[in-house]
Amino acid sequence: MSDSTLADRSASAQETPRRARVSHGTLEPSRGGAASSPDTPEGPISTANTAQGEPASTPVRRPGDRVFRGAAVGSGAFIVVLIAAIGLFLLLQAVPALRANQVGFLTSGVWNTTDPNGLQFGILYLLWVTVATSVLALALAMPVSLGIALFLTHYAPRRLARPFAYVVDLLAAVPSIIFGLWGIKVLGPTLVPVAEWLSRNLGFVPLFAPGNVSIGGAGNVFTAGVVLAVMILPVITAVSREVFERTPKEHIEGALALGATKWEMVRTTVIPFGKAGYVSASMLGLGRALGETVALYLILSGTNAAPKLSFFDGGATIASKIALGSGEFNNELTAGAYIAAGLVLFALTFAVNALARTIVAGRKGSA
Amino acid sequence: MAKRIDIKDVNIYYGKFHAVDSVTLSVPPRSVTAFIGPSGCGKSTVLRSLNRMHEVTPGARVEGQVLLDGEDIYAANVDPVEVRRTIGMVFQRPNPFPTMSIRDNVVAGLRLAGVKNRKRLDEVCERSLRGANLWEEVKDRLDKPGGGLSGGQQQRLCIARAIAVQPDVLLMDEPCSALDPISTLAIEDLITELKQDYTIVIVTHNMQQAARVSDQTAFFNLAGVGQPGRLVEVDDTEKIFSNPSQKATEDYISGRFG
Repeated sequence: MSDSTLADRSASAQETPRRARVSHGTLEPSRGGAASSPDTPEGPISTANTAQGEPASTPVRRPGDRVFRGAAVGSGAFIVVLIAAIGLFLLLQAVPALRANQVGFLTSGVWNTTDPNGLQFGILYLLWVTVATSVLALALAMPVSLGIALFLTHYAPRRLARPFAYVVDLLAAVPSIIFGLWGIKVLGPTLVPVAEWLSRNLGFVPLFAPGNVSIGGAGNVFTAGVVLAVMILPVITAVSREVFERTPKEHIEGALALGATKWEMVRTTVIPFGKAGYVSASMLGLGRALGETVALYLILSGTNAAPKLSFFDGGATIASKIALGSGEFNNELTAGAYIAAGLVLFALTFAVNALARTIVAGRKGSA
Repeated sequence: MAKRIDIKDVNIYYGKFHAVDSVTLSVPPRSVTAFIGPSGCGKSTVLRSLNRMHEVTPGARVEGQVLLDGEDIYAANVDPVEVRRTIGMVFQRPNPFPTMSIRDNVVAGLRLAGVKNRKRLDEVCERSLRGANLWEEVKDRLDKPGGGLSGGQQQRLCIARAIAVQPDVLLMDEPCSALDPISTLAIEDLITELKQDYTIVIVTHNMQQAARVSDQTAFFNLAGVGQPGRLVEVDDTEKIFSNPSQKATEDYISGRFG
């Protein structure tokens, strides 16, 4: 170090061009050495070794490695086998019932399984209620979750952020049956005036037109969607918050140093960074909403009438229909009808997950 | 547009911890001032107090005055966002916005300032990239993401981004510490060119670099662990490196400690 500063002292006095000066520095020779290292014998030998020397390159297998490797591979294989087994079970149980079905499973909405010899079951109405409640829930929960997650990570004072995050997480721990009770006894009746107002003023939009159950009963897609939104809110918030928290400090400071306001900083760094995570968090929430059973079992008013593709339709989701039908499972064929419906739900959640992954992968690729 | 900076009796705190004790120094316009000193001596902290980036850290605060051409940037009616628009900063690690193209990175500051005219943005983009000696290397791939460049190119991209808004002052926090010697050389050449137009303050751990690029050097030190950092001396670079007036400075630059 002292040599270099001496050299530099004399160098800084002269007016030599910078390139010449630097080459006197201590850094230059060592750099040269590093750059020429690929030409030294070391390089070729190591590549030759891995290329031809099969026995030489085989590493020693230690028992610990083998056990751990076995355990890891076993666990990985187990989960794949498990999922395949569930799919296969659903399929095998569903096939006899599907054979005996007297209406189109995917094209009909009739559900009449009281007579095992004249099975009539179609998934159409159930599918509508399932998708409508879940999508409505997602549409309501996504912006709110984004707001909460951003508030917790970048706006809330530190002392407030942590307890607030706990409260949000606590929301996820409330059992669904409680949400169901609250939905039908408290939230539903409160929402009735809102629903009536929407129906009155936006009735020309089919989604807000009167549905197949009375609005006053509150047991409709609208109430169910709002309750589901509350239920998936903590999931989306928790995952998004963790992603937003991991925004690199360099990017945040880079934006602030350019004269970004807090919101501009969030918009230029935090949101682009966390977008993929936020989308997958939302899909996670959607998955939960699609499969939610007990809350919707309590909330939705049953009806056999065809839905009018309105938020004020009643009926059942696939999951709540299966719960409703649990009394009929003693007959193999009838149970098969419900299992076929379960299979559709299984495929639907699978598709949602696959979609989420594609979106996330696409985002990453373009970034 | 280059402005002078007068730091007057600045004390900096992180919560209760007194990080920097009473720094007073002046940075003349169109010159390069280097801050050197051992780790933890507060040189980066002082640098970050010059554009109020310091207060991004929770609990951090500054006492004293930082005058930009006579105007206190810590005055009650001054918006830190405005301060940062006129005092640019380049960081230790290159930090282009990963989701933005090279062009969008360069004009990010202008976009924040509300400039929308496409032609104007393109002009500034080219001028800034030329100013950062990067234009020839990237002119054919302006729409590619900035993250695809090499470390040295990314750092020059960050410099282009900082000068695109034509700041009064350019602060550089160890801009070459994550770069190889060739890229370091390119940045140092660039600093020498940029001082024609800007007032530059650079923090560096590399004393040769301070000797090469700066006109004035400030040496910071701290009395011990837990003690606040302080300014030991500030003088012409040539004098600091040949005949410093303080013993501590001589010990440091001659490698006897630190």
